[in-house]
Amino acid sequence: LRSCGSPARTCREFAPLALLPAGKDRVLWRLQACRHASVGSCFAPDSAKDGSFSPLESNLPSPVKQEQAKVEALPDLNAKILNEDWDDIPPSSALEEISEEAAVQIIAEPILPLQSTTLRDYVDHSETLAKLVHLGVDLSQVEKRQKAGQLLLTLDFEKDIRKILLFLKDVGVEDNQLGPFLTKNPYILGEDLEALETRVAYLKSKKFGKSEIAQMVSRAPYLLLFSVERLDNRLGFFKNELGLSVKKTKDLVVRLPRLLTGKLEPVKENLQVCQIELGFQRNEIQQIVYKTPKILTASKKRLRQTFDYLHNIMGIPHHMLTRFPQVFNSKLLRIRERHMFLAFLGRAQYDPAEPSYISLDQLVSLPDEVFCTEIAKASIQDFENFLKTL
Amino acid sequence: LVPTRVPVLADHPLVQGPRFRRLKIGAGHRLDVKASGVFVLGIGHGNKLLTDLYNCHLTKVYTVGGLFGKATDDFSDTGKLIEKTTFDHITREKLERILAVIQGTNHKALLMYSNIDMKTQEAYELAVKGLIRPMDKSPPIITAIRCLQFALPEFQLEIHCLHETQQYLRKVVHEIGLELKSSAVCTHVRRTRDGVFTLDDALPRTQWDLRSIQDAIRNCQLKVETEIEKTLGHRDNSPVHQLDVQTAESAE
Repeated sequence: LRSCGSPARTCREFAPLALLPAGKDRVLWRLQACRHASVGSCFAPDSAKDGSFSPLESNLPSPVKQEQAKVEALPDLNAKILNEDWDDIPPSSALEEISEEAAVQIIAEPILPLQSTTLRDYVDHSETLAKLVHLGVDLSQVEKRQKAGQLLLTLDFEKDIRKILLFLKDVGVEDNQLGPFLTKNPYILGEDLEALETRVAYLKSKKFGKSEIAQMVSRAPYLLLFSVERLDNRLGFFKNELGLSVKKTKDLVVRLPRLLTGKLEPVKENLQVCQIELGFQRNEIQQIVYKTPKILTASKKRLRQTFDYLHNIMGIPHHMLTRFPQVFNSKLLRIRERHMFLAFLGRAQYDPAEPSYISLDQLVSLPDEVFCTEIAKASIQDFENFLKTL
Repeated sequence: LVPTRVPVLADHPLVQGPRFRRLKIGAGHRLDVKASGVFVLGIGHGNKLLTDLYNCHLTKVYTVGGLFGKATDDFSDTGKLIEKTTFDHITREKLERILAVIQGTNHKALLMYSNIDMKTQEAYELAVKGLIRPMDKSPPIITAIRCLQFALPEFQLEIHCLHETQQYLRKVVHEIGLELKSSAVCTHVRRTRDGVFTLDDALPRTQWDLRSIQDAIRNCQLKVETEIEKTLGHRDNSPVHQLDVQTAESAE
């Protein structure tokens, strides 16, 4: 990262105190190396009071020398005193010993580094970064992204970021959600406001309601980075591939907006796997996807393993799986342990026609205590002991 | 002059990141993918105790399940099938006879590798207490083996062993099959005890949280310390160690 010149710099004033080396009279020091940057340096020539001089900015090579200075406002007085100085009193060197109190009151802060890998070095000096931290943005995550830290340093809070934040609030993102949103998608702060508004207008034209758009944007922070054509293509793709009606596709997308921002090839491959390898019919796939759209983004290996266990070892037919597709979302290990426990107790009955039938969603979604007491009619201790014998 | 620390935005957790990023975890005796059971882990400073436990050379107890009638290339039931045999002639007595033979040969190997002169009084005392074991590297040795269940074609064995790998146990099952003029494959290998840690101390997956782990560490601390004292303690009574202790005391 390089710290940029003008915008994100603050001017620190330190008031040199009227501290003198012990025993000497008031001596006026010359400012030995004072270089002013063009913008941002504040030089307040107060006459008799303690003046202030500007700190050296970070793009200047020479370090701040540890001296106090009394700055005279009138230049000619300065010149006179300078002339007087030259002959009589030699300037005191930096190696001279001063008292502890004097030493403590010298304020010498390290300069900002020109290049750094973390935003931690700049957060104290940059108002933008400080305000973002107060909003809740996690800078340690942001600095790991490519070029995101650089972007944040170049932006100014008042000019650019404020407009975008107000826009996001208009769209419907909650205040406490702004921090996590920006952590996941800092690049939105560099976007053009009109482009963002066009995209929201496009979504509204597709008859997505205001609350739905708010939900989609909060859950998929990258959504507004996509151009209108890309969004259009993706919506069309889902409509064609899944074959659902417009209303159902829209409902699906609102519930899992990640579909629009993720890659499309894995989705196609998952659909192929469902059809060819797992052997579901097209209308069954439509039903499953409408109930649990997460299947489209699940990993194929896990899908195959779960289906293999459910169908071949537990003996559950396709139509039962279509009725309870939540089982595909759960961990295989959980299903396996619970099924083996039920088989050990002799209660593994998944056919609704038989007595003491156990439905698949109860098998999977209940927490352990409820599962043990209600379904298996045993205690958790028994379940744990059984787990230890596996 | 008193130094003070001023709170600064750069120390905020959102800027610094998480405080603890890594944890040093070491593993005790290996357990391969197809096996299950007690697996000892050491965290942070506990890893030093792991090396001490390894040098104690304590026995481990396994429950091994087998199946007669098949032979595969990697001795387990998921491997490629090589041959099928009949097993009707096998009875429990024949199996137990074979197990006794195995135990006998392994006992001889145990005595040989423990490097103790058999004719001394010390050796007799250790043998009475059952404490003879090889204190250095040695090939796998079975100290005890018995049959838990026998229901043709399945059977279950309990094996106490040292310095073994799970594949060696599967090979033992295969060899038992060959000795009985049939063939056998191993269906499961489960470790029920690893030195001082038994199944009761083990945490199942439902208990993998901070509180249970802390309690488990506290419970096992005493056991581990006494065992290390007992086994490695008598080694420290050698003359070299005595000299070290004396020089340390005189230096203080």
